[in-house]
Amino acid sequence: MRKILLSLIIVVIAITFLGRLSYLQIFSFSAEQVLEDPAIKAIYDYPERGYIYDRNGHLLVGNDPAYDVMVIPREVQPLDTLEFCGLLGIDKEKFVEKLRRARVYSPRLPSVLVPQLSKQDYAKLQEKMRKYKGFYIQKRSLRYYDTPSAANVLGYISEVNEGDLAVNKYYVQGELKGRTGVERYYEDLLRGRKGVQYIQKDRFNRDIGPYKNGTIDTLPEQGKQISITIDKALQEYGELLMNGKRGGIVAIEPATGEILSMISGPTYDPALLVGRERSKNYTKLYNDTIANPTWDRSIHAQQPPGSPFKTLNALIALQEGVLDVNTTIQCYHGFYVGKKKRGCHCGGGLRSLNKGISQSCNAYFAGAFRKIYEKFETTDEGMDVWEKHMKSFGLGDYLGYDLPFGQKGRIPNKEYYDKWYGDNRWSSSYIISNAIGQGEILATPVQLANMTAAIANRGHYFTPHILKKIEGKDITEPKFTEAKHTTIDPKHFEPVVQGMADVYVSGTARWLQIPGIEVAGKTGTAENFTKIDGVRTQLTDHSVFVAFAPVDNPKIAIAVYIENGYFGSRYAGHIATLMIEKYLKGEITLKTLEKRMLEKTLEAEYAKPYSGEEFKINERVW
Amino acid sequence: MSGRSILKRIDWLSVFIYFALVFIGWINIYSSTFTDEHSSIFDFSTLYGKQLFFIGVSLVTIVVVLALEVNFYERFSSLLYLLSMVSLLGLFVFGKTIAGATSWYDLGFFNLQPSELAKVATALALAKYLSDIQTDIKRRKDQFYALLIILVPAILIIPQPDPGSALVFFAMIFVIFREGLPLYYLVIILSLILVFVTTLMFGTVWLIIGLALLIIILFATKRKTLKIPVIPLSLVSVAVILFSLSVNFVFNNVFEQRHRDRFGLWLRLEKDPKKLEQIRKSIGYNTYQSEKAIESGGFFGKGFLEGTRTKGDFVPEQHTDYIFSTVGEEWGFLGTATVIILFTVLFLRLISLAERQKNAFARMYGYGVISILLIHYFINIGMVIGILPTIGIPLPFFSYGGSGLLFFTILLFIFLRLDTNRLKESF
Repeated sequence: MRKILLSLIIVVIAITFLGRLSYLQIFSFSAEQVLEDPAIKAIYDYPERGYIYDRNGHLLVGNDPAYDVMVIPREVQPLDTLEFCGLLGIDKEKFVEKLRRARVYSPRLPSVLVPQLSKQDYAKLQEKMRKYKGFYIQKRSLRYYDTPSAANVLGYISEVNEGDLAVNKYYVQGELKGRTGVERYYEDLLRGRKGVQYIQKDRFNRDIGPYKNGTIDTLPEQGKQISITIDKALQEYGELLMNGKRGGIVAIEPATGEILSMISGPTYDPALLVGRERSKNYTKLYNDTIANPTWDRSIHAQQPPGSPFKTLNALIALQEGVLDVNTTIQCYHGFYVGKKKRGCHCGGGLRSLNKGISQSCNAYFAGAFRKIYEKFETTDEGMDVWEKHMKSFGLGDYLGYDLPFGQKGRIPNKEYYDKWYGDNRWSSSYIISNAIGQGEILATPVQLANMTAAIANRGHYFTPHILKKIEGKDITEPKFTEAKHTTIDPKHFEPVVQGMADVYVSGTARWLQIPGIEVAGKTGTAENFTKIDGVRTQLTDHSVFVAFAPVDNPKIAIAVYIENGYFGSRYAGHIATLMIEKYLKGEITLKTLEKRMLEKTLEAEYAKPYSGEEFKINERVW
Repeated sequence: MSGRSILKRIDWLSVFIYFALVFIGWINIYSSTFTDEHSSIFDFSTLYGKQLFFIGVSLVTIVVVLALEVNFYERFSSLLYLLSMVSLLGLFVFGKTIAGATSWYDLGFFNLQPSELAKVATALALAKYLSDIQTDIKRRKDQFYALLIILVPAILIIPQPDPGSALVFFAMIFVIFREGLPLYYLVIILSLILVFVTTLMFGTVWLIIGLALLIIILFATKRKTLKIPVIPLSLVSVAVILFSLSVNFVFNNVFEQRHRDRFGLWLRLEKDPKKLEQIRKSIGYNTYQSEKAIESGGFFGKGFLEGTRTKGDFVPEQHTDYIFSTVGEEWGFLGTATVIILFTVLFLRLISLAERQKNAFARMYGYGVISILLIHYFINIGMVIGILPTIGIPLPFFSYGGSGLLFFTILLFIFLRLDTNRLKESF
């Protein structure tokens, strides 16, 4: 017993040690430790972020060098503080405080002393820099915007956060990433791929040479230059017109689905979110929850489309054969739902399809809407057919464009009404508002523009998109280059297009004619409500306008939605018309319209619900 | 006896393992002290160069140790012991302080650590005392003298302060056990350790519940013929509970926070991750870094001179007490397992050598050698791989350090020299 006791202990120790070692080295070991290893530091070589050009090759976004003054506290030698502060443009107290903070962070690692010097300051400082030991200038690259507009489309970049790091292993703390718009959607293209150099460190975090002699290092891959479909001049002009107005404008080239402009009002200068003032500006923009400049109305604002929606109901009625071009419907300056009369501004009388559209007759479309439902035995069947046709225009669902965010809008279906009224407890009379684009229908400006493009193309559309070229080569993605056909036969479009053309000739927008260009359009005036102290209150109608031009071989389809702008032919109609002229002619001949749009704002209108006083709606403004 | 017959009779397996360990040790010292400025391995300004020099000195010493007459060691053991105790005492006056411990004599070219000499001397003296014809280990008085031989150097070393080295001397109790010290001493020591650890981990209340359960089981399973000694049992129980309470008191009131932290880290007492992180950065830093370095080696290791944490000097004292973490990082599990197996084989071999001695002095000295080497190996590697608290003692034949290597070599080779004479009962 005594003799084997010690041997036993030795064997037990050996087994314990081997057990612990196999736990550490076999079970706990993971090959990915290289990145966690404190002795290995990855130094990244960041490629320049790709430039963004407009459809005509004009620069929208580039990069600008910025110069940070860095400090490694323990290498700092006594210096002429006063002179140095003068060169840096900061006062002495701030300098001392910054230096102290840098030392607290780490005496051995570089900290930013003064971020983003101007070029002038840099030029002055650069010559004298070698006098100041422990300080150096680090060049960085910042986004530079060659346009004050399109902030909503281009988006912005900012530092990655914890969430990004958890989702995507590519990023490390401190790197930049696209947050919204093109910068986000085409992040991978624009960013390129950073190069990595692994450096062996000692415990003081000093470099002691390359890890594995650099054999696993990689070279950076340049960010791609891209062109987007936006027309810089048109975009800038549209934002100018949006002065003091809230709403969205989306213009699309019908033959390709390319988005020519995408405007949200109010907006902001994209340069505000770059540089020293970035976080101050961001907070300011973000906290403006009333005007909401960071909210892209062109893709987010879901509103009742109003009268432009009539064109689709006309197409469905024609397709279903429930009326023809010559069918007339009596308008009694309104129409009856049961015993209740609903108004109409068209002037009354016998209305055909053409006059129904050009004069925007509510009674005509209420009749047409009823006829669609009367064709089927049950309302449910009618509803299904109607819904199918509507959805084929890209309404009621995400369009699939290449921007990171969006809204579905709403095309109500039978389940929707069953929930409201109960199964079989409703009929077309209940939902008659849908005939004129009110009721339960919601659409975003980009959906309205796409719908207009589909009419312009007489029955098909291309998914709206924002990317045009990558490194000078046109995109070939089938999603964007293949046509999507609506469920309406192309032959039914002509009479509707003719009605829309007559809107400009003799209809609701006859004051907006553009000399030499035949335009087809449709006005819309959408009732809307808000809650003030819990009371449902009606506000001034939204002004809506859709149009495309020229009528034959259309080059541009546009939707304009101006909140509380009253009649469609006012703000929305003006802006759409000016945009069309600007795009097709490159100059403006309608100077009166232009002057009015540049001068008139709706700020007074927007202030009403917050005034706390009684206010009138739908006032005459000009 | 002629030199040739010594070479013929010496235990070549032990010699081989010794050289293997010294070689592997030096390779790892080279790796952990190597810098990219290439210089010759014979450059004595580098640590690996110095260690190579001491390996050379040790080789010369081996020749001397083997050349000396066998009975020299037994005859001069008392004198040597006395000399080494004087040298320990001398430290209080002439000692040189390195890293807070006054454990060295400055000999100009080299710092001598007399506690290393004391280990050899004590092993020899203990063997000599126990093998004396007049000593009977069953007698209380003789047990006391034997313990005294161990305790004197330990007590002299503790105030240096070097509690780690002092602990080594207690390991020589194994020699006395082998020679007949009643086993209940061992049972008592082990029980105290067990009570200490369980009190810290689970608290006195659970300890009492466990004790009660044990007694119930004892009564439930007792055979009719067996009479349970009720009075001693209750006395033991009371003693255990009192000890447990006193552990709590000592731990909370006598220990300083750093001691508490060490035990907290060792027994995984600290559950709060923030405090744990704090401990890891302060007193647990060495162990944490060394565990991480070993873990990062994986099964195959990163390769010679490829240990990133070693190169980055993340593990403090890596060439001395933490040398084993270099093995772990650069040679992986293959390397660490090899070292463990080499040591295990060496120990088992030495036990069998000791057991085959006809001469009692040689056998007892053999056990002394094993005890000393084993306690170093156990505490050092246990600490480096994170299963024992931090106690700074070197890994024999491995760690950087001249005195250490030299005296471990002397310790081992005196025994191998005695072994060449194993067939003779007396010298």
